[in-house]
Amino acid sequence: MKPLFDLYEAGIKSELFPLLIFVAVGAMIDFGPLLTNPKMLLFGGAAQFGIFFTMSMAALMGYSLKEAASIGIIGAADGPTSIYVASQFAEHLLAPISVAAYSYMSLVPIIQPPVIRALTTLEERKIRMPYEGRSVSKKVKILFPIVVTVIAGMIAPVSVALVGFLMFGNLLRECGVTDRLAKSAQNELANLVTILLGITIGSTMSADKFLNFDTIKIISMGLVAFVFDTAGGVLFAKFLNLFTKNKINPMVGAAGISAFPMSSRVIQREAQKADPTNFILMQAVSANVAGQIGSIIAGGLILALVK
Amino acid sequence: MDVFFESIKVMGFGMLGIFIVISVFYAMVVLLGKVFPCLF
Repeated sequence: MKPLFDLYEAGIKSELFPLLIFVAVGAMIDFGPLLTNPKMLLFGGAAQFGIFFTMSMAALMGYSLKEAASIGIIGAADGPTSIYVASQFAEHLLAPISVAAYSYMSLVPIIQPPVIRALTTLEERKIRMPYEGRSVSKKVKILFPIVVTVIAGMIAPVSVALVGFLMFGNLLRECGVTDRLAKSAQNELANLVTILLGITIGSTMSADKFLNFDTIKIISMGLVAFVFDTAGGVLFAKFLNLFTKNKINPMVGAAGISAFPMSSRVIQREAQKADPTNFILMQAVSANVAGQIGSIIAGGLILALVK
Repeated sequence: MDVFFESIKVMGFGMLGIFIVISVFYAMVVLLGKVFPCLF
């Protein structure tokens, strides 16, 4: 069908739809909790381990490096990043990769708790983390997206489109003079582009291309990516606890995946299961927001490193 | 196996790259707080 083909060419091949989604996501994110607790940024890096682990697994299973990278990026737990990378590296795998990425993002409440419980003791899950609820000034909130875009552009130029669009959306939110644009990005833009993205990718799911063993393999590897993302974050928090005086609840590390805000809610729920009076939601939100940045950087680095 | 070893190399450089970028962001936020405490 020509309209669907046109949408695919204009929205996916040109990378427009994923980038517009980033504007919407940026407009939804409040970096305030992260700026008050910047060490949580580290978890946004550690919880990307699943991407690279899954990439290696896919390579071992016989996929080419570009295909393996596209499968691994499911672990970014970020639909637009997965689509962005897959559309450049393995267009023929775009449909199963998108299905896996979005499905596992909504399955985070089922995937993360067993992994967390397997890697932590009850005592570790009970660790309390005092939260300094200081507010961050407007100037810092405006400076942050600008400086992050500049730094990302200098260190990893390939990631600048991803980071830049996310931070542009955030700037709309924080600058204080474009409220209507920020609200449009959060609601109308996000909803419209999600519908168009769904229709367009859905149109590529012809039975001969989608209903095959490859799809099952990719969806299974997506699960592996999410499991190892969670494990990477938890184990990194435990590693940091070896050196720090103020212990970190290792579950917060698991919130370093980019599934925002689902993952932080899951962590808070698990913390309250271990100790009903423990409250680590804000720390988990900080790690979760860091995961957004980490996943985009991971996507950019994969685009730069995989030839 | 070549592809697998190449993917391991990408894993090493990728994780290193992420931590370098994240560390720069971290240092930037901490430095901003130290140099311009009035901003926070």
